[in-house]
Amino acid sequence: MKRTRVKLWFWSIAIGVPLAIFAAWAIADNPKQFVSTFLNGLTLAALYFLVASGFTLVFGLMRNVNLAHGSLYLFGAYMGWVVGDATDNWFLAVAVGFASAAVVGFLLQVSIFRFMQGQELRQTLVTIGISIVLADLMLWWFGGEIYSFDPPRAIYKSMPMLVVQKYPTYRIVVLGIAIAIGLALWFFLNRSRIGMMIRAGVDDRGMLAASGVNVQRVFAITFAIGAGMAGFAGVIGGSALSISPGEDTRYLLASLVVVIVGGMGSITGAAIGALLIGLAEQFGLAYAPTYGVVFTFLIMVLVLAFRPTGILGRRVA
Amino acid sequence: MSAAQWRRAMNTGAGRQAWPRTAAAPATIGVALTPSAVAIPAPPRSAARLGAALGRIRARHVLVMIGVLVYPWVVNSFFAFQIGGQALALGLIALSLTFLGGYGGMVSLAQMSVAGVASYMVAIFGVAGAAQGGASSLHWPWWLAVPVAIAVATLFAALVGWLSVRTEGIYTIMITLAIGVSFYYLAQQNYTIFGGHEGFNQVYPPTVLGVDFRQPIAFYYLALFWALAGYFFIKYLLRTPFGVALQGLRENPRRMNALGFDVTAHRVAAYALAGVLAAIGGVLMVWYNNRVSPGSASTEMMLNILIISVMGGMRHPIGAFLGAIVFVLVQNFAIDIIARERFNLVIGIAFLSIVLFSPDGLLGLWDYFRARVLNAGLRAKIAISGDR
Repeated sequence: MKRTRVKLWFWSIAIGVPLAIFAAWAIADNPKQFVSTFLNGLTLAALYFLVASGFTLVFGLMRNVNLAHGSLYLFGAYMGWVVGDATDNWFLAVAVGFASAAVVGFLLQVSIFRFMQGQELRQTLVTIGISIVLADLMLWWFGGEIYSFDPPRAIYKSMPMLVVQKYPTYRIVVLGIAIAIGLALWFFLNRSRIGMMIRAGVDDRGMLAASGVNVQRVFAITFAIGAGMAGFAGVIGGSALSISPGEDTRYLLASLVVVIVGGMGSITGAAIGALLIGLAEQFGLAYAPTYGVVFTFLIMVLVLAFRPTGILGRRVA
Repeated sequence: MSAAQWRRAMNTGAGRQAWPRTAAAPATIGVALTPSAVAIPAPPRSAARLGAALGRIRARHVLVMIGVLVYPWVVNSFFAFQIGGQALALGLIALSLTFLGGYGGMVSLAQMSVAGVASYMVAIFGVAGAAQGGASSLHWPWWLAVPVAIAVATLFAALVGWLSVRTEGIYTIMITLAIGVSFYYLAQQNYTIFGGHEGFNQVYPPTVLGVDFRQPIAFYYLALFWALAGYFFIKYLLRTPFGVALQGLRENPRRMNALGFDVTAHRVAAYALAGVLAAIGGVLMVWYNNRVSPGSASTEMMLNILIISVMGGMRHPIGAFLGAIVFVLVQNFAIDIIARERFNLVIGIAFLSIVLFSPDGLLGLWDYFRARVLNAGLRAKIAISGDR
């Protein structure tokens, strides 16, 4: 007990002190750049959390590594764009982004994955196949162009902010949405009946089935919610940045790294992981442009070296 | 691996040669628990072993061998180079995945990244055209640059292994994918070493002893030589104590650990060995393309290697090459099958149907049909004998 505490202190200092020195230097050097980088990191983390929470939810319950998660993100974004373009209603686009991806996720679970329970590798290979097919179909349909949304004017201006003076309102909105979704997920998982079933399923699937719960239905609902989160994030992220082919890989990587770092199957872990990766990516981009990815990679290496199952991960049976 | 072979491998302290540190425990336990270990006959002499190996050669092996040797002379240079050379190089990379995944139980998506590292190192240490953004190659001679490239890529593979074996099973695929995609983004963003988006151009294979390996037939034979070397190396490796221990780890790591085998060390070593094969494949790929860019190790390429391996079948090393041939053929002729360039759709659907309906890939289909034909033949014989 004592040794682990000493070890913890040692590593906190070994990692914390250089970080603090860097932060002090960066603030003294150019406070504006530091604060805007920090805010950008926070909003990116918010976006990553939205994508990764669906991934980790599905993984936690079904042990299904859904490598088509990035494709669901892109699919939701495109569907949202089609509806948003036709109706000029951004909120409808967000809803459609969620619903369309949720429907695809539901269909996948009901028609394919339920027949491969327990065959983890095969499920993953199937999701890879699906992601290839989906990516090519979307490229076929939507072409290689870059699409962008136009959210309501009220949230698409800039707002006053300390130090940096002006900051895009939308990014703050994304941050707010992520926090709201995180809280909603927490309440859903901890307070609702289905949430309790899901948590029980994470701990012991067999016992849940034995106590009379229709496990297949719980699985289908969870997969739909997880996929829907990807589609939802697709519209939110597509509005903050843009949508184009290749984004699927980017957000798949983001969710993978976030979930590996944060701990697989844990929503809180996803939040911590997203925060670490989002900040690391933005600071890397601002202060060491050509080596930005190295920081993400280093975080992953460090976490895996000391906690192979992620910061909040548990070893699963 | 038959039960008898297993037992022998266990009792004689499998891994003694490869892992002296851990071998002592299994050897003593084995002897203590099963006195019959003493009675196991000594391994046959090398000459006798060679004879036994030759005795296993079937007509189909000879046919395939002759086929691949005369192949470049009977087809045009497009088929020798674009189809033959590329399939062999890709097959070699896929072989490294088949070895890791099929025999070690670790499906790594980073094998293409290992190959990509080797490709980049050949361009960086060897001779390449000027790259964007100030990255330049060191202009070392090929006989120095290529071994260094393979060594660096092997180190990278060992690092990937060291990271991913800390967790198990399905996590491996996630971690290796994350590492591979990170490498892709690093190569794309970094201009000082990797030459950014463009990478390196004009990386040509050398002329050795008057043979110019830029010629299609010469390149084909170069690729064939390394593909065969890799294939027989894996075949040999699977029969060594190390290979047997690796298959044991695939079946039950906990039990192997209890027997005194160092699970992590075996797995990292497997990654490093597979890395050597993938690195050689990467060197061949950069010479085949004459260029290397981030796209050489993109997610799509990483998945292509997985597709090749799974499509061919992971149960036998030949599956990798079988898958590679089918893959390259589809890649080149998909335009004829479907109107526009929907190669990814074709290969994606093919992959999906293989995974859904024939988990053992093309090899599984082959076995299935052979069994049916044999059964039909048997039934016919029985029917005939019944008539009499």
